[in-house]
Amino acid sequence: MMDKILLAGFGGQGIMFLGKVMAYAGMLNHREVCWIPSYGPEMRGGTANCSVMIANEEIYSPVIEVADAGIVLNQPSYEKFVSRIKPGGVLVVNSSLISLGSQRPDIHLIDIPAGQIANQLGNDHLANMVCLGAIISKLALIDMETVQQAMQFLIGKKKPELLALNLSAICKGIEYGYGSGLHPI
Amino acid sequence: MKGNEAIAEAAIRSGCGLFFGYPITPSTEIMEYLAKKLPQAGGTILQGEDEVASINMCYGAAASGARVMTASSSPGFSLKQEGLSYLAAAELPVVVVNVNRTGPGLGGLGPAQSDYFQCTKGGGHGDYRLIVLTPSKGQELYDYTMQAFDLADQYRNPVLILADGFLGQMMEPVELKVRSREELPPKEWVTDGCRGREKRKIASYALTNEIGEANCLYWQTKYNQIKDRLQRWENFYADDAEYLLVGYGTCGRIAKSVVLTARQQGVRLGLLRPITVWPFPEKAFWGLHERVKGIMTIELNAGQMIEDVKLAVQCKTPVHFYSRQGGMLPTEREIWQAFCRTFQLALTEEEL
Amino acid sequence: MEKIFSRTKGLTSLPFHYCPGCTHGIIHRLIGEVLEELDIIGDTIGVAPVGCAGFSLDFFSCDFVGAAHGRAQAVATGMKRALPEKLVFTYQGDGDICAIGTSHAIHTAARAEKITSIMVNNAIFGMTGGQMAPTTLAGQITATSPYGRNCQLAGNPIDLPKIIATLDGAVYVAAVSVDSPQQIIAAKKAIKKGFQVQQAGLGFAFISILSTCPTNWGLSPVESLKWLRQNMLPLYQMGELKATKEVSAL
Repeated sequence: MMDKILLAGFGGQGIMFLGKVMAYAGMLNHREVCWIPSYGPEMRGGTANCSVMIANEEIYSPVIEVADAGIVLNQPSYEKFVSRIKPGGVLVVNSSLISLGSQRPDIHLIDIPAGQIANQLGNDHLANMVCLGAIISKLALIDMETVQQAMQFLIGKKKPELLALNLSAICKGIEYGYGSGLHPI
Repeated sequence: MKGNEAIAEAAIRSGCGLFFGYPITPSTEIMEYLAKKLPQAGGTILQGEDEVASINMCYGAAASGARVMTASSSPGFSLKQEGLSYLAAAELPVVVVNVNRTGPGLGGLGPAQSDYFQCTKGGGHGDYRLIVLTPSKGQELYDYTMQAFDLADQYRNPVLILADGFLGQMMEPVELKVRSREELPPKEWVTDGCRGREKRKIASYALTNEIGEANCLYWQTKYNQIKDRLQRWENFYADDAEYLLVGYGTCGRIAKSVVLTARQQGVRLGLLRPITVWPFPEKAFWGLHERVKGIMTIELNAGQMIEDVKLAVQCKTPVHFYSRQGGMLPTEREIWQAFCRTFQLALTEEEL
Repeated sequence: MEKIFSRTKGLTSLPFHYCPGCTHGIIHRLIGEVLEELDIIGDTIGVAPVGCAGFSLDFFSCDFVGAAHGRAQAVATGMKRALPEKLVFTYQGDGDICAIGTSHAIHTAARAEKITSIMVNNAIFGMTGGQMAPTTLAGQITATSPYGRNCQLAGNPIDLPKIIATLDGAVYVAAVSVDSPQQIIAAKKAIKKGFQVQQAGLGFAFISILSTCPTNWGLSPVESLKWLRQNMLPLYQMGELKATKEVSAL
């Protein structure tokens, strides 16, 4: 069993961190994981994307052609990656920044105003966590418990004051994911 | 941890006392990690004025008997060739990492295997060889780096870890195993001051052509010994294979997925993944022609390792080639389709 | 009868192979004497260049390492970082350190690398048969400047000690010569100081020594010394170019 996940957005939207949370959640749950950043000449700005694979057997090819799930935080990322979700897969879309153009009727699309929700929570940078919440229930190999452990591991020590805030953003995303945002196939 | 960090951590745990480097993407995290952690472990890290300086600093430090490492990526690795030639000639054990990016010229930052010739055939002037290990995942980046330090000391030869940008940047779980140090020959050749003993020197010049030839023959005896003892490879479903893929590093692991796909379709495909690319694992190919109908190498270059594969099978088995270049990686489906086309296996659209 | 002069213990018994009249031999001997007098033969590692002095590793009785052309200071840096308690020096020609090795010369000084570098400047590439070096004088005839060095074409000579003296990490910079007994005595003092600076861990020490190359200059040994005095001494800044307070207090 394997979750192949694509994550994309503007540089600075916390894409790499989002991927790391998922990878650590898998690792702390004794899964095989593989996190791959897109790396390029720019340190900031531009689009950033990374891929995460979580499996319960050894991961051979680390190259994702079509993913089981994806999160896109901005318009260019949506346009680039919407075709790379496998039929029946899930794509979480930050509708605060993305207007859905050509849609794919064969995938589950969760459009969630992650930017606005993050804003209401008082921190624009939490859109990534809101989207993480929205996708958790669609993944086979990580759940809220392991994500919570990963968050604790990654920021619990360094920035404990941010931990609760991040977790509440994830919870908002989870609520939304179960709610009205899910477009059936 | 990131692949580059796995290399760096393995170096510390191997007793690497000194690191000399110069920043270059996608290998810089090795130096960044060591800049934080090597001093804490009692070691020394120094950023040289360029790659030429860094490799020559390694030369000086290795001559003192210390365990030493440097790391770079393709354009920087080119600059180290002079130093590597001198290190090989002076028989100094240094571990060198090349996180291969694209070329020629400045190229791009993406993963590539286009330095294969440079790494396995010498690279600098003169008839020398580096021992070249090719990890394919985080754990191997760690394990092979540890082995590299032992091999360097054992054979008094520079050892190269040949990775690519993908492996260097990728993050995977790595178990930080403790490696019991192998029984290694004492370093009775180091130049660390001759108080209480005879003066020693470390150099690579030959005063006469006769001495020059004797030196060459001596080095080749050593290289032949390494060829005989050190060929390493992974055999993945290759024992009963009718067809074989050959790929190292990132290509090696993508090829594993292709093999599994093929087996599901009833095609007896196997993989030979070279772990050492010098010495090239020729032994893995001995006698294969009796069973194997065709071989395809998977590379991130314009066809470099394929030459060694052809030599290894002595033209008794047809050898084909599939690659992506310039920073692109093949997907397993692409390779599978190329494989089916090449060997004219009729498969339905769905099977493809 | 009392023996008042003998070969220094700092040198091996191997006879020098340098051309007649070449002053490498004098400089070797001075360094050998300094190693002996400071009792550091057993604690010193020398780094040899590529060039005439490339074989110097056989002449000194301390441990020696041969470096690639121009790289001696990078090699010495690695050596010293690995063995901070030992003494490390480089012995390089002007072709080695002022041309291909310039970046290492600058950065070794800038890092205040605790080594001693000795440059032997004879204004020419000796070993390869007398080609133009960065130190070759204006108008000087060499194999690659057969009509004399044209500064419009090939630039002006480099006075490396002056450049090195501007860097904070260089704490002792001296330019000496070996063309006369007084100069030889001064040269030995400078070399000794260069090693004492390293022993005290004060920073980078650099000694430039003007030398002759009768073979490639096409002059007799005596004429060569005269040529050095007439042409090189006026061009290159001589004496103690830099000595920090700590160095002067040694």
